[in-house]
Amino acid sequence: MTLTHFLDIALGRLDWNALPFWDAIQTPDTLHIVNAAIVTAAASLVVLGALAVVVLLTRHGKWKVLWSEWLTSVDHKRIGIMFIVIALVMLARAIIEAVFMRTQQAFGLDGGFLLAEHFGEFFTTHGTIMIFFMAMPFLTGVINYVMPLQIGARDLSFPVMNSVSLGLTAAGAAIVMVSLVLTPFSTGGWSGYPPFTESSFNPGAGVDYWIWAVTLSSIGSTMTGINFAVTIYKERAPGMHLFRMPLFCWTALCTSILMIFAMPPLTVATALLALDRYLDFHFFTQDLGGDMMNYVNMFWLFGHPEVYILILPAFGVFSEVFSTFSGKRLYGYTGLVIATMVIAVLSFTVWLHHFFTMGQSPNVNVVFGIATMLIGVPTGVKVYDWMLTMFRGRVRVTIPMVYALGFITLFVLGGLTGILLANPSIDYQVHNTLFLVAHFHNMLVPGLLFGMLAAYNMWFPKAFGFRLEERWGYRAAYAWIVGFILAFFPLYALGLLGMPRRTVSFVEPAYLPWTIIAGFGALVILFALFSLAMQLWLSLRQRHANRVPVGDPWDGRSLEWATPAPVPEYNFPVIPEVFSRDAFMREKDLGQAYQRPAEYRDITMPANSALGPILTATGFLMAFGLVWYLWWLVLLAGGVSIAALIARSFVRKTTRIISAAEVRETHEAWLRQVAETRAVKRDQERDTSNRGLPAAPVSGAVQ
Amino acid sequence: MTGGSCNAVQPRNVGPLARAFLGLLALLVVTGCSQNNLSFLDPHGPVAAAQRTHFWIVVALTLVVVLPVIVLTPVLVWKYRYGGESTYRPRWSFSKRLEYLIWGVPFLIVAILGYFLWQQTYSLDPYKPLPSDQKPLHVQVVGYDWKWLFIYPEQNIATVNELVFPAERPLELELTSDTVMQSFFVPALGSQIYAMHGMVTRLHLLADHPGTYRGENTQYNGERFHEQHFTAKAVTEAAFDDFIAGARRHGHALDRPTYQVLDGRNTVRELARALGEDGQTEALRFSATPDDLFSAIVAGTPGEALAPGPVSIAAQQTPLAFQRVTTGVDGPVAAAAALTPLHAADDAMVSLPPAGSPRHHQQGETP
Repeated sequence: MTLTHFLDIALGRLDWNALPFWDAIQTPDTLHIVNAAIVTAAASLVVLGALAVVVLLTRHGKWKVLWSEWLTSVDHKRIGIMFIVIALVMLARAIIEAVFMRTQQAFGLDGGFLLAEHFGEFFTTHGTIMIFFMAMPFLTGVINYVMPLQIGARDLSFPVMNSVSLGLTAAGAAIVMVSLVLTPFSTGGWSGYPPFTESSFNPGAGVDYWIWAVTLSSIGSTMTGINFAVTIYKERAPGMHLFRMPLFCWTALCTSILMIFAMPPLTVATALLALDRYLDFHFFTQDLGGDMMNYVNMFWLFGHPEVYILILPAFGVFSEVFSTFSGKRLYGYTGLVIATMVIAVLSFTVWLHHFFTMGQSPNVNVVFGIATMLIGVPTGVKVYDWMLTMFRGRVRVTIPMVYALGFITLFVLGGLTGILLANPSIDYQVHNTLFLVAHFHNMLVPGLLFGMLAAYNMWFPKAFGFRLEERWGYRAAYAWIVGFILAFFPLYALGLLGMPRRTVSFVEPAYLPWTIIAGFGALVILFALFSLAMQLWLSLRQRHANRVPVGDPWDGRSLEWATPAPVPEYNFPVIPEVFSRDAFMREKDLGQAYQRPAEYRDITMPANSALGPILTATGFLMAFGLVWYLWWLVLLAGGVSIAALIARSFVRKTTRIISAAEVRETHEAWLRQVAETRAVKRDQERDTSNRGLPAAPVSGAVQ
Repeated sequence: MTGGSCNAVQPRNVGPLARAFLGLLALLVVTGCSQNNLSFLDPHGPVAAAQRTHFWIVVALTLVVVLPVIVLTPVLVWKYRYGGESTYRPRWSFSKRLEYLIWGVPFLIVAILGYFLWQQTYSLDPYKPLPSDQKPLHVQVVGYDWKWLFIYPEQNIATVNELVFPAERPLELELTSDTVMQSFFVPALGSQIYAMHGMVTRLHLLADHPGTYRGENTQYNGERFHEQHFTAKAVTEAAFDDFIAGARRHGHALDRPTYQVLDGRNTVRELARALGEDGQTEALRFSATPDDLFSAIVAGTPGEALAPGPVSIAAQQTPLAFQRVTTGVDGPVAAAAALTPLHAADDAMVSLPPAGSPRHHQQGETP
């Protein structure tokens, strides 16, 4: 075998062209050099970031801690935190990409500074990351952390599978990150419509990066959905009837059901597209019987429920936020549960509204249009339920509440434009324009993202034992709201002026004022991102001053607030018994909170497993090998994956025991701390005297 | 929209900031101030006009539910603030009367909107011919990477990136794509519709009066997507006759070598350059097109309908002539033989259409 043969096999189709600056060496004009500089800087950030992590871990000798306490951990709380870390890293990247796109369009009258090809990669990675590697991990992380605590469980039903779900999501995210260093990524948008994404039109590695990143994530999410649903059905504490669950758990349940039924169509769609591209199948090609409309239907059969997978947990978070910070029971609990379920069911009946313009008969369009508008009814009910929760309450405008209030007022405008889009004859005018882009950002930024950031501010003290810094926290929240308005309301105007989405530049001077305003908005959002980073940094520095060890800094209502902060691995020394909704608030009201259990018992917890990190590595390597045709790597990583799965089935010691003595010691120490801590009223909620013990309520009234 | 009415919305006695803001607002509402006729909010045809009316009806009715939220939320936050004196009932969580209201009102609004949706979806169905006492002008539209071909089958001419048609006479369009999916859209006149390979979609438009309207593709199809716009020109009957005569007299021949360049990945300027025209050309005209060109394109065999033509030097030399992998066109003469066989396209036709599949049909079939 000659050296050339060997290199062909070893490197597949990897060559110099994959380097982000190669283009500029071939065509050294200003435009190419500027673009190469941007892309190379991004690639360097990825490489240097990874190196910095390695160096820091080595210098502080933390590799062992990382491996045994985090990567191999199957504790739902740690897995939840790792999901959120992925989400925040990817959020930063996707926001920076968005700023580049908005800046390009602000200069986009007859030009700009970005190459069309790079602009295409920007909108594709921005969408793919925001949906699959920001939103999904963020909500999965929050549910992972909060839901088992709220239903009084010790862990999810399948802890190792949870770790594998995390691993697959991480592998997908890593694939997207690597595409910055070994380019290109797809330009087919986050929905990846064929035939544009078929090899006849896009033979390069870009679409394959997209396919495998999304496939990994979708498999992970399917497993997550199963895990959450089974946990909610089987692991609830005694007395925690379904209709006593906090509303967040209901939304988690509906989201997991949606995940179970909506993710597989995506996995199938991307797998069939992969067969087209790798093995010359003709599912979606233009000849030999292929039909891209099948892809479009399958994609949106996933894609529409996906929208509700994203938004429902945020609705759950807002329900908790409104009720907690209004010091009042949630208004219309049953109505909210019904509304959530109605949304979940209807979400499967509306996918066609993503392509009213494909030429089907008005009969079909009318049915799907009306079904779409119907979803507006339960959603509207929810909004009014939250307002009625504040009605006759005691509203504290904390950071989560700022996000919630921003959400409620902006979201209804997105609802209005959603109703507009539901009308096929109006959709014929605004489909595929920036009006549509403005609409779904209006749903997902105030909806999902504000929800997740509210959750982050609300439950951070629970997870880490200290409150987040407030000044930069407020700045971030207000910057998000203002930035959102400036960045996206102009897009409504541009859409009404007929400006198509995904266009790198334009020739209409009428668009320019709006793209400039939107560009400013993007900068304000960049400031919001910076504020979030500052908030976290200052919080870490002030962590001792802001400690809340007793664990209930917000005078919470559900069971997670009945535990210390941070929560011990086993969550509850004794599984609590539940008698009503707002279980912990009832205990506080009756003066029965912080009780000493009658007896302590040994607690059996799942043992750590290396399966998750192993499948992360092999999943990533398989995907990478498939992208660059490194077949040896695919076979090797695939072999290791199967071997690891088989080996795992031989592991006997899958649990470990935490002794009753240890549980007693930890719990008694905490109870002593509770007894020594001064209870604070709500007006001291945000200063350092708040140690996580609220003043007891007086006949339900928060003090 | 005349210049006078544009000036009328420019306020004079206000501060510069307010004027800038009102100016932007005016730009949105009275888009007619732009000469390019960009938006259905400044409609120039009955379809766009009906869409505008429907748009404002939906906005007005939905505001019934939306406005109270925006107005009452700050009121509630202030009135029931922590430390305030208003009623505090921490255990109050249900009221039957309010429940009827918050479920009932949105439901009622959706019911009314549903009626409008139903009515408008049928009356503005893009496949439905527009009522008119004039015979519609039949034009066939083909999307390429990064330009549009307009075939006038009754006049036997064709144009690129220029749709010329008589005002006040309905325009009956049949659309397909000879590349990836695209979406054909003239906002000031009416609806957009997808154009897809091997399939035919339909669209009916009408311009109220002569004018030039901006047309575009809204579905991303690659690097030069942003350059794929065209002008839709509504003209008088006389001007239309002149246009047809001019195209017949001065248009290029559309033979196989020319078609191969047309079918490549390029813009209209590059195409014009390849045909020996000035590189600033925004539109092209073809003099004599065969009757069955459109159906041949739909069937995937455009070469069969076209004259072989002389081996064009321009077409061979242009680096833009795109060798498409699926069809494997490797030379002008081999084009017909190498294009996708007819039976393959037939397979696509008889395969069970998924939900929402277009009412696609072969040329000449009645819908």
